[in-house]
Amino acid sequence: MSGPLLSVRDLRVGFGTEAGLVQAVDGVSFDLRPGEVLAIVGESGSGKSVTAQTLIGLTRSKNARIEGSVKLGGEELIEASDAAMRQLRGERIAMIFQDPMTSFNPVYRLGNQIVEAIRAHRRDVGKQQARARVVELFEAVGIPNPERRVDDYPHEFSGGMRQRAMIAMALALEPEVLIADEPTTALDVTIQAQILALLEELNRKRNLATILITHDLGVVAEAADRVLVMYAGKVVEEGTLDEIFYDPQHPYTWGLLGSLTRLDKPRPVRLPQISGSPPSLLALPDGCAFRPRCPHEFAKCRELPELTERLTDAPRHCDRCWLGPEEKRAKRQVEGQIGLEAPA
Amino acid sequence: MARFIARRLVGMVAVLFAVSLIVFVVFTVLPNTNPAQLLAGKNATPTLVKSIEDEWGFNDSLPEQYLTMMKKIFTGELTSYKPRIPVDEQIVDGIPATFSLTIGAAVIWLFFGLLLGYISALRAGSWIDRLLTGFSIAGISIPVFLIAPVFLYLFTYKFEIFPNAQYVPLSDDPGEWFMHLFLPWITLAILSIGFYNRVLRSNMLDVMNEDYVRTARAKGLSERQVMTRHVLRNSLIPIVTLFGLDFGATIAGTAIITETFYSIEGVGLYAAEAVQKFELPPIMGVAMYGAFFVVIVNAIVDIAYAYLDPRVRLGEAAS
Amino acid sequence: MATEALLEVTDLVKHFPVKRGILIDREVDQVRAVDGISLSIPRGQTLGLVGESGSGKSTACRTVLQLIKPTSGSVKFDGQEIAGLSRRQMRPLRREMQMIFQDPYASLNPRKRIGQIVGDPLRRQGVAKGSELRRRVSELLDRVGLQAEHYNRFPHEFSGGQRQRIGIARALALQPKLVIADEPVSALDVSIQAQIINLLDDLQDELGLTYLFVAHDIGVVRHISDRIAVMHDGKIVEEGSADQVCERPVDPYTKKLLAAVPIPDPRESRERRAGAAAGG
Repeated sequence: MSGPLLSVRDLRVGFGTEAGLVQAVDGVSFDLRPGEVLAIVGESGSGKSVTAQTLIGLTRSKNARIEGSVKLGGEELIEASDAAMRQLRGERIAMIFQDPMTSFNPVYRLGNQIVEAIRAHRRDVGKQQARARVVELFEAVGIPNPERRVDDYPHEFSGGMRQRAMIAMALALEPEVLIADEPTTALDVTIQAQILALLEELNRKRNLATILITHDLGVVAEAADRVLVMYAGKVVEEGTLDEIFYDPQHPYTWGLLGSLTRLDKPRPVRLPQISGSPPSLLALPDGCAFRPRCPHEFAKCRELPELTERLTDAPRHCDRCWLGPEEKRAKRQVEGQIGLEAPA
Repeated sequence: MARFIARRLVGMVAVLFAVSLIVFVVFTVLPNTNPAQLLAGKNATPTLVKSIEDEWGFNDSLPEQYLTMMKKIFTGELTSYKPRIPVDEQIVDGIPATFSLTIGAAVIWLFFGLLLGYISALRAGSWIDRLLTGFSIAGISIPVFLIAPVFLYLFTYKFEIFPNAQYVPLSDDPGEWFMHLFLPWITLAILSIGFYNRVLRSNMLDVMNEDYVRTARAKGLSERQVMTRHVLRNSLIPIVTLFGLDFGATIAGTAIITETFYSIEGVGLYAAEAVQKFELPPIMGVAMYGAFFVVIVNAIVDIAYAYLDPRVRLGEAAS
Repeated sequence: MATEALLEVTDLVKHFPVKRGILIDREVDQVRAVDGISLSIPRGQTLGLVGESGSGKSTACRTVLQLIKPTSGSVKFDGQEIAGLSRRQMRPLRREMQMIFQDPYASLNPRKRIGQIVGDPLRRQGVAKGSELRRRVSELLDRVGLQAEHYNRFPHEFSGGQRQRIGIARALALQPKLVIADEPVSALDVSIQAQIINLLDDLQDELGLTYLFVAHDIGVVRHISDRIAVMHDGKIVEEGSADQVCERPVDPYTKKLLAAVPIPDPRESRERRAGAAAGG
């Protein structure tokens, strides 16, 4: 297949609440190619998790309004029936979540929970067969003593091992796409490194396309091919890994890059910060949602910028900022590196 | 496991001792308990009263009386004052009736309580849910001593569907056994149906928000599989504990009012009569029987809990 | 004097007994949560305590503050030995040492207004009341970057970052000398973390505070600390100036920890991984 594996166009997800309609995702579009790792970066309220969960239909409910198009291998998913979505979950698109401590049912043996996943899709597979497959999977994700561990309960595994088991479960039916929602946020940094290495190995060996949701740019730098930066429900910048890190076009991206701590560089006197806080989705400012926190705001920002390619030599590097490319290059240099504002 | 059983046995002894002490103290401290006087009857002469006192040891010191009574319990010699029937025989005679009543009611209240709770949780917020909630609260609020007379009036007097109370042993006539127990079962169950409905509904709504339910959906399980294998299974665990306490308490004697109204000759009725007649021995006997069953049932519940939730290890406090 | 240690911990130990037995519990083993640590913090400086989960750093904080009774060892605060003091004896000292907690959503009582939350320490210790209390609380709120009109609001009306500011205001109410911050920014969005770190820095300069800063994020710890101690399995495996520990680590665990931190720079990250693949 030459086209993209997963194609999302103008995805909108709104939730009706007592205080009004919350537009959690407001017009998100992206492509995912086979074997590609796409990172979606954002903070609370950015809409990154809702986007991911909508891809496999987990946000469907009475008070949710879902519009737009999500195509997997040409097949439209937004309008697909609940039964079709259920079949797709785990089999074509698998998802792993943030907190391995609570993501497994504590009362069932872990192996059985993976067997359950397998047999929900392949009814002809017997229990013994499924169990053997689970042992194989445990080996593939680096869980030692797989024969014995299959019968252990979730609370008998450490956090890192549980996350490996989650990954094993996700791989059980050999999906085409893996969505990982903050897979390492709850883990220690040494365990995080192991899990990221595992994900990278799986991506390489199995050509597994991955959507990686995270707020940690360090993780992005280690793992991603392309990056989507989200803010208040919209994509504000999209590009390759190098484009985002070395030629970022949106002030929010500058802010995120600027507030990173670098162990290999001398300490700044003050940590560059982004002032203010992420906006409430019920009271978004007109035009660009980042305006109240942006030191480079000017008159035109009251008009919502479209997400377009503004650089002639970088196709597919898009952003939502009215500043011209030259201005951007100048303004983002803060005390010798990329940042949002001069420390006060 | 050995540790668990050992500790429970020690606990049981402690509980029985404490209960016996409390019952004894309460009873002897209450005014108007001159049992010798009561035993002697209306035309009592002082000599008669004195001879009764000597015979029964009512003039001994309180600790002595306590010890005598405890000894009698363990040797099976404890008898009521008037008529002089062994307490343990009476209790054993009453057990089939009480157990029939309690177990039958328990089956009904569990089945309907959980069924309605499941429906309420599934349709939370809808008019069905609100209706069921209303019924539950009514059931919990209306006392037994209101329901029983109303039922008796309606179903045995006005519309003669059911017989007018009393217990018919199962071995005698299963049909009659059932008919005689039907109204008492419903009376006893109404309160608990409402209660279990609310508890299961609440547990399920909590569990539905847990991460592992989201995982279950994400791996492609059908909604029914998610609801039964993950949500229901986990929601039932606290209900096991609740049921244990409830059942233990009911067998031990909360059925007392129901038995009284419907004239069911179980342990509860025996205790009610003893209270009216102010007789300490039967009350003590029933209290011991009750405490014993509560401890046993609670131990069983704990074992069941450990079986249902592998994170729990018997005999250790939650860490 | 100026460089005298405000906090001096020597061989602090906290063991939790593991009990087994049929009827009577007997201690069969111990969980060595804090297994003999020593550290000292000069007045006005910051010591960063870094470790992963299970390293014992949180237990260490609570034991230093005597919120948990130490098994053995010495804790000297401002020259005075406080290890093993009773609760009553500790009470007056509590004004001088305060703690900031990790979870801004759990550490504030949702039923109290924030003016009350920040003012409670002052009221409890009998330091101020009435209009004087209000004035001091407003001053504190202002100092941490909140507004006076926030006085009567409830915690749920604030964002995570703002709630952490409230927690800081509360910790500063009694004008402590020592502030122990236990993972104060881990639960916050990245862009807000920088704000809180800068605030803590500013407050240290303004008020001459001494910090024990505990976190698992080495980058953040390095930024705010003068010295860093690395904790692993209840022991301190390395200690030194912040730059020294991060740039020239000696202990193998420290090296492993630093090597695991992702480099937020794609080219350097690729180089490091290529180097590791070639060498390992």
